[in-house]
Amino acid sequence: MELNITSYCRIKNKSIFVNGKELSIPKEDVPSYFFADVYKQLEINYPKFHKMDNLSKLGIIATEAALKENDFLRRNSLEETAILLANKASSLDTDRNYQNTINNKDQYLPSPAIFVYTLPNIVIGEIAIKHKITGENAFFVCDSFDAQLLVNQAQISLTQQGTTAAICGWVDYDNGMADALIYLVEKASDSIKNINFNPLNEAILNQFYK
Amino acid sequence: MEIFTSYHNIISPLGFTTKENHSALLKDQLGVKPHNLGKLNECFCLSVIDEQKINDAYGKIKNAILFTKLEKLSILSIQDVLIQSGISLSDPKTLLIYSTTKGNIDLLDNSVKHSFPMERTYLPVMANAIGKYFNATNKPLVLSNACISGLLAIITAQRMIKAGPYDNIIVCGGDLVTEFTVSGFKSFNALSTEPCMPFDAKRKGINLGEAVSTILITKNKLAPTSMKIVSGASANDANHISGPSRTGDGLFKAVSQTLQGNKLKIDTINAHGTATPYNDEMESIAFERVGLTDSPVNSLKGYYGHTLGAAGVLETVLTIEAAHQNQLIKSGGYSEKGVSGNIQIINKHETRNIQTFLKTASGFGGCNAAALFVK
Repeated sequence: MELNITSYCRIKNKSIFVNGKELSIPKEDVPSYFFADVYKQLEINYPKFHKMDNLSKLGIIATEAALKENDFLRRNSLEETAILLANKASSLDTDRNYQNTINNKDQYLPSPAIFVYTLPNIVIGEIAIKHKITGENAFFVCDSFDAQLLVNQAQISLTQQGTTAAICGWVDYDNGMADALIYLVEKASDSIKNINFNPLNEAILNQFYK
Repeated sequence: MEIFTSYHNIISPLGFTTKENHSALLKDQLGVKPHNLGKLNECFCLSVIDEQKINDAYGKIKNAILFTKLEKLSILSIQDVLIQSGISLSDPKTLLIYSTTKGNIDLLDNSVKHSFPMERTYLPVMANAIGKYFNATNKPLVLSNACISGLLAIITAQRMIKAGPYDNIIVCGGDLVTEFTVSGFKSFNALSTEPCMPFDAKRKGINLGEAVSTILITKNKLAPTSMKIVSGASANDANHISGPSRTGDGLFKAVSQTLQGNKLKIDTINAHGTATPYNDEMESIAFERVGLTDSPVNSLKGYYGHTLGAAGVLETVLTIEAAHQNQLIKSGGYSEKGVSGNIQIINKHETRNIQTFLKTASGFGGCNAAALFVK
């Protein structure tokens, strides 16, 4: 089956590239400030964003950037759009924060607001909620960016009846380092013939991720 | 191409094999018991594997000192399935999929002394250690999708074998009871101090449990208890990250998608049934919406508590075992219906011809999954 990437966003530390072009964002030292700056520049306007952990913030801004000025969500059915993500650190960055709230018996303050983010697939939930996307979900965890796994899983997912498009990619946040590549996957059709797209394959993913 | 379940294992407080676990259920034994854990001053009902039993079993593992508790339990569970099936992970056509929510999260606790590098808290590093023990040719794949992880791993295995190139996928699901998860669910006021009561009018919340369960998914109908995995699907509620849709939208969608095109009668449903007020109510509504008002439903969490990343595998394995004995297993902790959906909850062990069953799961992040199994 021929699958295509109709838009993508790469975030590496404090730089963000949308379809290969870098967005001009002030170079902040703190990742959460960088996320906030991107949020402002992309005019995301979604107050819940500020309550999210860094992994979910990263996933949301990368997805919003890929979706911006793109008709992906209008071309495709929200019920038939899958969200398939992967990373290396799972939710460990937030896990460590949560563990700090319970390490000390005298300052024992387990917080449900932090605990809920100690699962990597919460970022899938946040993207799904923001756009009412109800298709299939999967979160994989692997040693390093794995183009082969990502291509295979997208192929398998889009072979299923009831899945016609997908938001896919890599979203990793660990020890203050942000590393994401989010891309939109669609089947070849007349509706995308007038836009720029790339075939979904390992070489392209590795080139985008580089 | 037809894909089947094959040999399986369960390691839990109720036994170290599927047979031991299955016969414990028929004797109404519970894994969940009152426990005091870590720095928490409160007593909760938890399903914890007896330390002595684990240590005795560790004798079967080479260089056991090199592995964490969860890794050792996983090695024992996978080893049992490899021995039963004669399959080897060094075969390039065989893959290990590991399903977990928290992996070696106990290593983060600074009050527990251990000699493992913090690297081992990374899920792929843990899975690779397990894979290396068995000389796995292929790097294990980790799936971590909250409480649907185990069932989603089985669905993923079925699809991956169909797509090629693997002939066999070993799906292992495991999670521990740790202060991390207990304090977290307590902060949500989701924990019950008594054995949990899924679908019951008096249900007060979940029990947490630890377990590891393994099942071989394969092209070949190898084992006497094989069942065909007909279909499976996942769906998101797109509603709330920590609460289910009141109308069961995501579960309704996952089940509808799974049953699409199948005119099969569903002989029983093994539900998620966590025993929180909202979850069980949501499931009953979703099952009624799909029209599954006559299929007997159970939850096994009354026996094992919520075993997180293991749950989907463990509960599927037990339902397969029960299906082959043509049994309906009583929904643990259930006596009086406490959900509004028109569903039939199994209130005693019963003999019944079972050809098909539906397994479902729902979890944080709004995720839901369902799969259909046929003898």
